[in-house]
Amino acid sequence: MASSVLDQLKRKEIVDLLDQGKRIDGRAFDQSRPLSIETGVIPKANGSARVRLGDTEIVTGIKIQPDKPFPDLGDKGIFICTAEILPLAHPDAEPGPPGEDVIELARVVDRGIRESGMIDMSKLVLEKNKSVIGIFADNSVIDHHGNLFDACSYATTAAILSCKIPKWEIKNDAPVLVEDHESNPPITTIPVSVTMGRIGEHILVDPNAEEWECIDARITITTNSDGNICALQKGGRDGFTVEQLSKCADIAISAATKIRERLKQTKG
Amino acid sequence: MGGRESTLVLLDKNGIRCDGRKIDEPRKIMIKAGVLKNADGSAYIEFGDNKILAGVFGPRDVHPKHLSNTDTGILRCRYHMSPFSVTERKNPAPSRREIEISKVIKEALQPSLMLEKFPRTVVDVFIEVLQADGGSRCAAIDAASVALADAGIPMRDMVCACAAGKVADTIVLDVNNEEDQAGQADMPVGYMPNLNKVTLLQLDGVLTRDEYKKCIDTAIGGCKLVYQIQKKALTDKFFENGGNQ
Repeated sequence: MASSVLDQLKRKEIVDLLDQGKRIDGRAFDQSRPLSIETGVIPKANGSARVRLGDTEIVTGIKIQPDKPFPDLGDKGIFICTAEILPLAHPDAEPGPPGEDVIELARVVDRGIRESGMIDMSKLVLEKNKSVIGIFADNSVIDHHGNLFDACSYATTAAILSCKIPKWEIKNDAPVLVEDHESNPPITTIPVSVTMGRIGEHILVDPNAEEWECIDARITITTNSDGNICALQKGGRDGFTVEQLSKCADIAISAATKIRERLKQTKG
Repeated sequence: MGGRESTLVLLDKNGIRCDGRKIDEPRKIMIKAGVLKNADGSAYIEFGDNKILAGVFGPRDVHPKHLSNTDTGILRCRYHMSPFSVTERKNPAPSRREIEISKVIKEALQPSLMLEKFPRTVVDVFIEVLQADGGSRCAAIDAASVALADAGIPMRDMVCACAAGKVADTIVLDVNNEEDQAGQADMPVGYMPNLNKVTLLQLDGVLTRDEYKKCIDTAIGGCKLVYQIQKKALTDKFFENGGNQ
């Protein structure tokens, strides 16, 4: 945590450039890093994606299996999302139980998928109140260069879009797999998260690792295919003015359009 | 999102909500400062059916030592729900939800504190939810901010928090438990009124661009009401008879 002289110099360099209207890697303020999406990378998973957002790299696998529904939601399938920063992803990453940062990451990604209603959970019921289909999305960060929120969110979305749902039938009160009857997931919308960092008065879309170290506050805004906002998460040591929040919403809505087109192409 | 089917009428023809409130009316809020003897600062809040205690210790030595920062003091926050605080007994071990809420509360309070005056120290904020209702993270922030002021920690502003949401296609202030379960959106907001800064912002549920703006404005309106109650809690403690200022 203690900021070294080098960190302070780096921050000064970044801020000086921003004041001249430039970002340290030459991007426009509202421009994401290059995004590459590859699906079907783990054939043993029901769906998978390898996503690179700049130098940040994620592998996400979807496993689908029958499960019990949540007690108060007997007519809906379940969706569970986790994240792990693998020890090979960053010199400071250590193996062990997830810390608060990783728990927040997984919950923000989860909230974007869940609250957008991306997957029609009512179509994933095998037997009401007893047996439903569970979709498990596990994100592995394999290279950490800032903004894991968007990278994991795109990887999860791409993996879901490319997944195939196996078929189960209930026999003698237990789900039995029906071979060779896979179907596409019931998709209703494509959520896209856009994370912005504020450094001084500047709002930067998709901060890279160096910028991420300097941000005063950050916000992740997830929008659905209709351009409506379906999840928000503010973080960081400082806040936003109401005017800045309004600007962030406009940026998020417009930046998401291009990314959504990219994600659409990954449909399995 | 979507909400669940129920027979509950969330908003009737006269614009009255399921608990009898108007759309811009918060639940009943009571805050008392200085309720714990051992803590350096403390507060108790009742916010609707929420009953929450906040205790503050510090600035004090950091343990474990490697967390200490030579440039500034640090803030630690623990939001915890008692096993008996909800209908079904809650496992006392911290859940992923509680860990996330602890983090967002820390980041909501941090901008208000002048921790740079106390390098190598920590301020610990412990929040215990004795009884939970909707909006417990907002109520927890309201109590914690009063407790921090009660502890005499230098502050730029107090953080007041209140949620707004979308219920029966209408933006309403201070979403309660039933509305959170059956409603369309819930947006908790933490705000520093004198600095005009939003320090907590989350959202579950779908809002249009215009509803987003309206929801933030509605929640901030609620925050300002809470701020008056927070100030009163402090004057009640530090100036007898509620103070004459």
